[in-house]
Amino acid sequence: MNTQAKIVDNGVNVGALLDAREALTEMPAAAQFQWKADCEWVRGTHARAKVQNFFGLGEDQQHCKEFAFDLDHPEVFAAEDKGITPVEYILVGLAGCLTAGIASVAQNREIQLNRVSCSVEGDMDLQGILGIDKEVRNGYSGIKVSFDIDADASKEDIEALVAQSQKRSAVYDIVTNPTNVQVEVK
Amino acid sequence: MNSTASFNNQQANRFINALVIGAGQAGLSMSHCLTKQGVEHVILERGEVANAWKTERWDSLRLLSPNWQTRLADYSYIGEDPDGFMSCAEYISYLESYADGLQSPIHTGVEVQQVSSMQNGYRVITNLGEWRCRTLVIATGACGKPYIPRLAETLPDDICSLTPKDYRNPQRLSSGGVLIVGASASGLQLASELARSGRRVILATGEQVRMPRTYRGRDIQWWLDQSGLLADRYDEVEDLERLRRLPSAQLVGTGEGDNLDLNTLQDEGVEVVGRLAFIHNDTLQFSGCLANLCKMADLKMRRLLKLVDAFIEQQDYRHEVPAPDVPEDLRVPESPRLELNLQRENIGTVMWATGFRPDYSWLKVPVLDARGRLEHDGGVVSSPGLYVLGLPFMRRRNSQFIDGVGKDAEELSEHLAMYLEQQLHVNQSAIA
Repeated sequence: MNTQAKIVDNGVNVGALLDAREALTEMPAAAQFQWKADCEWVRGTHARAKVQNFFGLGEDQQHCKEFAFDLDHPEVFAAEDKGITPVEYILVGLAGCLTAGIASVAQNREIQLNRVSCSVEGDMDLQGILGIDKEVRNGYSGIKVSFDIDADASKEDIEALVAQSQKRSAVYDIVTNPTNVQVEVK
Repeated sequence: MNSTASFNNQQANRFINALVIGAGQAGLSMSHCLTKQGVEHVILERGEVANAWKTERWDSLRLLSPNWQTRLADYSYIGEDPDGFMSCAEYISYLESYADGLQSPIHTGVEVQQVSSMQNGYRVITNLGEWRCRTLVIATGACGKPYIPRLAETLPDDICSLTPKDYRNPQRLSSGGVLIVGASASGLQLASELARSGRRVILATGEQVRMPRTYRGRDIQWWLDQSGLLADRYDEVEDLERLRRLPSAQLVGTGEGDNLDLNTLQDEGVEVVGRLAFIHNDTLQFSGCLANLCKMADLKMRRLLKLVDAFIEQQDYRHEVPAPDVPEDLRVPESPRLELNLQRENIGTVMWATGFRPDYSWLKVPVLDARGRLEHDGGVVSSPGLYVLGLPFMRRRNSQFIDGVGKDAEELSEHLAMYLEQQLHVNQSAIA
C-alpha cells in the first residue's frame, strides 16, 4: 500500500506568495503597486489597448512582452466588431481574478483541483448608456458568476474556496465597491 | 478593599512592587492572583469598580455568556439560575462583591495620565499625584475607544452619529430611521431592539461570526467550553492576527434561547445591506458583497458546529443529545440595496457598531507597533515588568471574555512574581 501523502499541485507557487506576504508586511512601501494601460483610438468605436509596464516592489516592472487588446462594439451596434466590448473585459477580468484566487487558495489549503470552469453573465439595461431613462445606471445592474469545479474536496470545502477567493479578489472588490476616478486632459 | 478618591497622604513618590490599571474583571482578577502570589500591589481606577459597565452600556444589555460561565479567578456564580444571563446591573454587583473580597487597595477616581519607563520600573502620573512601580499591569480592556472608520468623517452634520457606548435605549435616539454599521453582537442586538421599538432599521454588514444560541439541546457556550475550543492557545493556532481581529459572535442572552442573526433580524423587519463603502453628501453606497459575506458566515458556522458534532461522537454523547439542528442558511435579498439617500429615506442616526480598540494614548513606553498595537507575547509586553490583560485571543480564545481573564491573570501573575524575585536577586547581588 502506498502510504505516501499525495502531493497537491495546482501550479501555484504558494510558498513564494506567502513569503511575499511576509516581506510586504515588513515593508509596506514595497507593496505599493501601480498598474498601467495605454489606449489608442483606431476608428469608429475601435480602439487598441497595450499593456506592458507596471510599478511595484519599489521599481518599474515589465511583463515579458507587450500585450495588445482590441476593443470595439458588435455589429448590432452598427460597429465593426474588431474586438470585445470594454464591459466584456470587466467580465473577463472578474472571471480571471476569481479563478486565479481559487487556484491559489486551493494550493494553500492543499486541495487538488482537476477542473475549474466558470461562466459570467452581466445584465445591462441599455436605456442607461443611451440616455433614455436617467433612473437606469450605465453599468451592470447585476453580475452572476457560476463556477463548476471538480476538486478532491467536499462540496463545502469547494464553496469555501470560492468564498475566500471573492474575499481576496481585487476585481471583485473593484466591481462591488466605488472607486474614485480622475480623468484629465493633457 | 475599596479606598475612594482622595489620598490622605499625598506623598510625592509612592513606590509599589506592582500597580494594576483598571478595576474591571481583568484588574480585579489580577489583584486576586497577585495577592495569592504574595505580591504587594494597588489598583488604580479612573472611575469606580466596573466603571465601563456602569457608564458605557445600554439599558437592556445582558451578558453573552450564561451565569455558570461568568467565572473570575476563584469566583463563580452560586445563584439559582446557572443558565440565565446577568443584566448589566447584576453583573456590576457581581463584580463589586468580588472587589469587596480583595485584600489590596483599589484607588477609585484616579485617572492615569501618563506612564513612562524609569530605571527598574515605571512612573505613573495620575490626576492625584505620582506612583512608581517595579511592575505594571494594563487591565483597561480591549474596548478603550470605539473604532469608527475614517469615512464617518464625511457623514453630513445633521445626522446623529453615535456608537454603542453612547446608546442607552430607543427613546433617547433622535427621530427617524437608523443605519447600523457592523454585524457584531452589539450591531445585531441594537438593530433588533430598534426594529422592535418601531424604528426603520438598515444594517450594513461586514464580516460576521454567526453562532446559534443553542445547539443539540445545550447553550453553544457549553459546547465551546466542554470541547476545549475556548481554551485554544494563542501559540498553537494558525493565523492568530485574523483571529484577534474577528468581530464578536452574533449572540444575545435573552434566557429564552433566542438566536440572533441576519435571518431573525429580517423577520423583525430590518433591511440588510452590504458593507458601507462610500459617503457622498447625503448618499451612502454599500458594497455588492453581501451574498459572499453571508455565504462565509454560513460556512464558518457549519464548520464550528461540525467540531461540536465531532466532540459529541468522541465523547459518546450521541444518545444523550438531540440530532444536529443546524440553523438554515442566511437569506440574502435578491438585489440588496447599493445606495441610500439619508434625507429622502429619513434616516436620522448612524450607529457605528464597528468594534473597539484599546486606548494607549497615555502609554509613553515604546511598546506600540506602527499600527498602535501593543507588542506582547501572550500578555507579557516587550518592556520588562509590563503586562496586559483582556485583549482578544491574548493567550487563549476566551482571553477577552469574562471567563478567560482569570486563567490569564493566574499565569501572568506567576510570571510577574518571578520577574520581581529575579529583580530583587539582581539588586541584592549588586549590593553584595
